[in-house]
Amino acid sequence: MARVHFTGNFRQLAGGDEEVSIDASTVRELLLKLGEHYPSLAPHLDEGVALAIDGVIHQDALFSRIEPHSDVHLMPKIAGG
Amino acid sequence: MAAQNGGTTNGGTRWIGTRPVRPDGVDKVTGRARFGADLHLPNMLVGKVLRSPHAHARIRSIDTSAALALPGVKAIVTRDDFDDLPSEFVPAGEMLINYRDVVRNVMAREKALFEGHPLAAVAATSEKVAKEALDLIRVDYEVLPHVLDIDEAIAPDAPLLHEDMITAGVEPPPSAPSNVAKVVEFAHGDVEAGFAEADVVVEREFSTQPVHQGYIEPHSCVASFAEDGQAELWCTTQGHFVVRGHCAKLLGMEVSKLRVTASEIGGGFGGKTVVYLEPLALALSRKSGHPVKMTMSREEVFRASGPAPGTWARVRVGVTKDGRITAGEAELKYQAGAFQGSPVQPGCMCAFAPYDLEHVKVTGYDVVVNRPKVAAYRAPGAPQSEYAVESIIDELAKRIGMDPVELRLKNAAREGTRAAYGPTFGPIGLVETLEAARSHEHYRAPLAPGRGRGVASGFWFNIGGETCATLNLGEDGTIALVAGTPDIGGSRAALCLQTAEALGVDVEKIRPLIGDTSTLGYTFLTGGSRTAFASGLAVIEASKDMIGQLCERAAKIWNIPVDAVEWADGEARPAGANAGEFDPLTLADLAGVAGKTGGPIVGRAQINAQGAGPSFGTHLVDVDVDRETGRVTIERYTVIQDAGKAVHPSYVEGQLQGGAVQGIGWALNEEYVYDEYGRLQNPGFLDYRIPVCSDVPMIDTVIVEVANPTHPYGVRGVGETPIVPPMAAIANAVEGALGIRFTDLPMSPPRVLKALEEAHIPEAAD
Repeated sequence: MARVHFTGNFRQLAGGDEEVSIDASTVRELLLKLGEHYPSLAPHLDEGVALAIDGVIHQDALFSRIEPHSDVHLMPKIAGG
Repeated sequence: MAAQNGGTTNGGTRWIGTRPVRPDGVDKVTGRARFGADLHLPNMLVGKVLRSPHAHARIRSIDTSAALALPGVKAIVTRDDFDDLPSEFVPAGEMLINYRDVVRNVMAREKALFEGHPLAAVAATSEKVAKEALDLIRVDYEVLPHVLDIDEAIAPDAPLLHEDMITAGVEPPPSAPSNVAKVVEFAHGDVEAGFAEADVVVEREFSTQPVHQGYIEPHSCVASFAEDGQAELWCTTQGHFVVRGHCAKLLGMEVSKLRVTASEIGGGFGGKTVVYLEPLALALSRKSGHPVKMTMSREEVFRASGPAPGTWARVRVGVTKDGRITAGEAELKYQAGAFQGSPVQPGCMCAFAPYDLEHVKVTGYDVVVNRPKVAAYRAPGAPQSEYAVESIIDELAKRIGMDPVELRLKNAAREGTRAAYGPTFGPIGLVETLEAARSHEHYRAPLAPGRGRGVASGFWFNIGGETCATLNLGEDGTIALVAGTPDIGGSRAALCLQTAEALGVDVEKIRPLIGDTSTLGYTFLTGGSRTAFASGLAVIEASKDMIGQLCERAAKIWNIPVDAVEWADGEARPAGANAGEFDPLTLADLAGVAGKTGGPIVGRAQINAQGAGPSFGTHLVDVDVDRETGRVTIERYTVIQDAGKAVHPSYVEGQLQGGAVQGIGWALNEEYVYDEYGRLQNPGFLDYRIPVCSDVPMIDTVIVEVANPTHPYGVRGVGETPIVPPMAAIANAVEGALGIRFTDLPMSPPRVLKALEEAHIPEAAD
């Protein structure tokens, strides 16, 4: 199972959990399961988040692969100037 | 690995790393290039905006009747011409947008929230008539108390900008509204345990002033609505697809009915990622039936477009005697301007990003004030927080008697480091920039008496995103490259080089252009240092698509299977002896017979680029301080940055130099000056002083290349990181010269003189 870490205010929305293990093979599946597990988090996942999957940041990439032992960080989306 | 100016090698590639003349260069130096204000249409009207003279006022009524009666006035729009939109954060490109705020920012509704807030817009047959009409519009205000600064805004009895704003990110939610829109926190480890391990702890407070991006070209657009509801918009913008989306939403249009063309752009730096005039011009054109041109004056740019936020920070860092940073903590408060959404979140994420820290905690506050809504400005949020942290790092190095580069190297983030904002870094180049700084002649050069030398590092994430590109093969073998990202910093050249490399053709055979919103699929804006990376990936994918088609045509001509054809050095060849013996077919050969072998050949790509490589830089600066006038002179400046791979080194160097120069202005001079009524006193380049050529030396550059593994040529974004280190590097250099730590920017002559007086440093020390 992938290990999902909560950064920033996502930790608060996850009831204070720092991390959780989720069985998912894609970003879409992972976000759906996270939303089911943490209802307070669900609306924010719909708004769009970034995921660092094994150190590589993915944004708006529902079908990016998640490996069984991936290290995933849920982060705010990044913009720039 | 590292190369001096002009010395970057292009090992293993033919075009990547070379320096051809930029494709848009001739048009720009001859004046042919058409910028925002250069389009003229028949029967075009001039649009002007009536702006609030008050920083905070309830709008009781707006009477436009006298203005409408003025001969030559064709249309006036006010808040009544835009539908209110509900408060709802929706994804818009890479950002969350609250259209309730966007519609109020372009045209005030219940209240004017900053001096310069639009109240009405007039379209008339001439600028003179339009200005006369503005004078005839009667607005009945209830002037309200205003707040300009963070301390005022967060005071318990502060006037509220938005009476329904409840601070998000706080549990339990507050019961009363305030000017604090949001609280964010990033933390791992136990900072108090970390500080307990430290031998030296330094804690200081810092402040920075709002600063404008200072783009030379003001905001400008031409809108033309047709009777059938179709509209065209020509504007100076970093992202015409984003403009289309915002305008369509605000005007209740289908996006396909609005075609947006990006003009050439005279600078943006993040400030042209939002809409100001465009919805007003469209609304005026729709109402009048004429094309409408609107152009901001310089004064309007300062009064009504978004700067980078003013900020306050308290930073605490602990270190052991042998130079191990044990903990870092920061509290950051950023001005958002009139509507929520300051870049305090990325400011928090970047604050300690250059360091490998076990214990870190950063808390940020997004605070609304009666100033223009802030906009992105190169690495939004990062320069302010990293200025504070990098100043403390310098002070810690002095306190423990360690060289500041060595202290940074000892604690530098590297591949495998868990970033202070969460994830683990892949291959990054901070260590390489620090090592290049340590070995650079600048760092070892003797320092003249009275001068100071400073060093600081900086970080920015960089992004990818939705991107399209098309390669149209002409019948003579030349190629029209169509990209959707406006060219701000030389991206046409960078895209041509990547295309030439991928196709194996001469870069001179490729002619780039920026397509309008009807010619390509949605393409996110030029920002986030993404264009050379993301549009680069798109043109590489489009090249692959074209190569596939070219190989199919060659296979047909040779009557062999397509998998028996390979593409190498710009031509199709039989793939091995078993494929048969045929003379290679060049791109031009295949282009010439395309019509007879299946039709035109077009390479296309539509991608959502992922895996942008983060970027780090380290800056060195020498300063001299005039003890009589307080003027700080930049005597020498060197920028060292990881570019992953410099596609066109001249434009990478230009980005590094430009970021450093803007940072010099931020550090030494730039600030907004308001009077007691909240009115801006210095809305022009005479009094808002950005650096000019005589203020800066030649900025030396060193390009470090640690390849980004997610890009075929290793490219990372480069445009934003170079504005992050200058403020701390210069403050550290000034401290070296005077022994005075400046914690408030800008270090302008009056402030430096005051500090010298307070420190009792005589003029004779000069």
